[in-house]
Amino acid sequence: MISRRDFLQVSMAASALVGASGFGNWGRLAAQQSLTQDQLLQFDTFGNISLIHITDIHAQLKPIYFREPSINLGVGGNKGHVPHITGADFRKAYGIADGSASAYALTHDDFSSLAQGYGRVGGMDRVATVINAIRADRPDALLLDGGDTWHGSYTCHQTAGQDMVNVMNALKPDAMTFHWEFTLGSERVNEIVEGLPFAALGQNIFDSEWDEPAELFKPYKFFDRGGAKVAVIGQAFPYMPIANPGWMFPEYSFGIRDEHMQEMVDEVRAAGADVVVVLSHNGFDVDKKMAGVVTGIDVILSGHTHDALPEPVLVGQTHIIASGSNGKFVSRVDLDVRDGQMMGIRHKLIPIFADVIAPDPVISKLIDEQRAPYADQLSEVIGKTDSLLYRRGNFNGTWDDLICDALLSEREADIAMSPGVRWGPSLNPGDDITREDIWNVTSMSYGAAYRSEMTGEFIKVILEDVADNIFNPDPYYQQGGDMVRIGGMGYRIDITKPQGERISEMTLLKTGEKIDASKSYVVSGWASVNEGTEGPMIWDVVEDHIRKQGTVSVTPNTSVNVVGA
Amino acid sequence: MEFSRRETLGLALGAAVMTVLPLRVSASIVDDRIAEFTGGADMADTGIELTAPEIAENGNTVPISVDAPGATAIMVLATGNPTPGVATFNFGPLAGSQSASTRIRLAGTQDVVAIAKLADGSFAKASAAVKVTIGGCGG
Repeated sequence: MISRRDFLQVSMAASALVGASGFGNWGRLAAQQSLTQDQLLQFDTFGNISLIHITDIHAQLKPIYFREPSINLGVGGNKGHVPHITGADFRKAYGIADGSASAYALTHDDFSSLAQGYGRVGGMDRVATVINAIRADRPDALLLDGGDTWHGSYTCHQTAGQDMVNVMNALKPDAMTFHWEFTLGSERVNEIVEGLPFAALGQNIFDSEWDEPAELFKPYKFFDRGGAKVAVIGQAFPYMPIANPGWMFPEYSFGIRDEHMQEMVDEVRAAGADVVVVLSHNGFDVDKKMAGVVTGIDVILSGHTHDALPEPVLVGQTHIIASGSNGKFVSRVDLDVRDGQMMGIRHKLIPIFADVIAPDPVISKLIDEQRAPYADQLSEVIGKTDSLLYRRGNFNGTWDDLICDALLSEREADIAMSPGVRWGPSLNPGDDITREDIWNVTSMSYGAAYRSEMTGEFIKVILEDVADNIFNPDPYYQQGGDMVRIGGMGYRIDITKPQGERISEMTLLKTGEKIDASKSYVVSGWASVNEGTEGPMIWDVVEDHIRKQGTVSVTPNTSVNVVGA
Repeated sequence: MEFSRRETLGLALGAAVMTVLPLRVSASIVDDRIAEFTGGADMADTGIELTAPEIAENGNTVPISVDAPGATAIMVLATGNPTPGVATFNFGPLAGSQSASTRIRLAGTQDVVAIAKLADGSFAKASAAVKVTIGGCGG
């Protein structure tokens, strides 16, 4: 029997070990221009079980650039704690050298210049190489997909997710949970899930009519691995019908349902589970809170908020692993499970440097086959960028500034709104902008760009509502996106205030006038969750705008004044 | 959004009620109802469980359930509704369990309160904040 203190020491030793052997070296190695696949994959196999976690791929089959956020604020008890630190603070917390490969992978500074040296990241054929290498060490390693897989690219949209299903099936996952998948509509989701050769899990996916667990999605699955019984419990994104259009999947209900999670943990323990793993799309802060409420979870593989953390975060006896997004990282988690207990953990966040890790030829070919029918559409150059185009950040990013500019000019609006989603790769200054690049940051099944009149009062209500989805101090009320991006209007936000009091000083930028609560303004936006939204598709609006510009330049956005950070 | 102007105004009004006014629009009615049920007795904060979603998927039909072992009656109030009274469940001596589930309509973000009258004549109270949001941008 291992005492709680011993357990903590074991796990700390394990993470310190990886911290030293895995992380500290990369900077130096990179400086010597000697970053190799072997070094990225180096891992002293540990214990008797290996988990491979990948999440929030957003249909990025090919290598991309992805800049991490410069601002990712935490509120309440999470203020200043990972993942709510960025840049130099993040590097300091993990002992990462400036300019190193890890700095490039995990932080935003000097992104464009480091990108020239370190190149693209991700690519599912590179991910396949990593998975194969782990399976060579541990043939029965569990591959777990945290969801947001069948959404986010031109080909994924055109094939209603089939390109991703084909490629992922070839990687042979053992289980998956869900979020954006449901925006394909429940009929299509059901069709795919019925044919999946692996477990589709979600203990919180319920039938909306009867408020009972949905039949198609099982709460958990057992796996016999390394002489132990592993229970993997799924947790889908809790706020699907609120953050995304519920009318597309009216048969389903979600929610955090932590009391049901506790029932499931108790049920799998009673059935003999030696270790309990939750494959979660809660978002990091929600997972942290859930780990404190639900007892008996050993590991949470956390997705949704796109955080990439080089070490597990320990809450009580639950280790939370965050594995990034867009195919940029894979986490390997080795567990030592004996006598019905987890005795230790060793973890490594493996960055997928596309120029260092060799593509797996079988998966490369399969990816090319998915893309071939659309090759001409994908590769057409629409324009060029002078600026770094990125999305991540709590309040704005240059991609959304560009999208808002497109809405303002193409839809002749006073104010533009772009949703605070966290997916979408980056482009560097000097890069061509292809149609594929535009779709990578806009594609979705409800992409109509609406144009309507809203009063100043209603615009404030929207901003207050979205701000509370991010900055409510209770993580269970956070939906895991960023602030709605605004074009044509500036505002001040005090993130410490309650809903209704955070937003002030709303100003129409083109005139410099204060927004009048009773006056109507022409607003254009996209990704409305309302059924029957009309307008041209956002990717066409953005394409038209970029074509007219030829080369786009995005000036730094200073229109949001953030207080209380 | 196919925000027709009428829908937009409807939304705006609903949302304004939710954010501008205090959460308990009917505080005095709520207090009266509680006093009527408990006769002014103190309420323990254990002995009753109220399960409700943190954020309502649809404010028009929010599933809730209450469970208070040994209770003879459970009263449920939606403190922010114009008419806060939702239901009072009475349990006879032969009741197999003292629990109930139903769906309620919530006018906006508010606290849902459940109060159980226990067999020994004491009272227990549980409360859950349920947010009703206009929704939008998920990561």
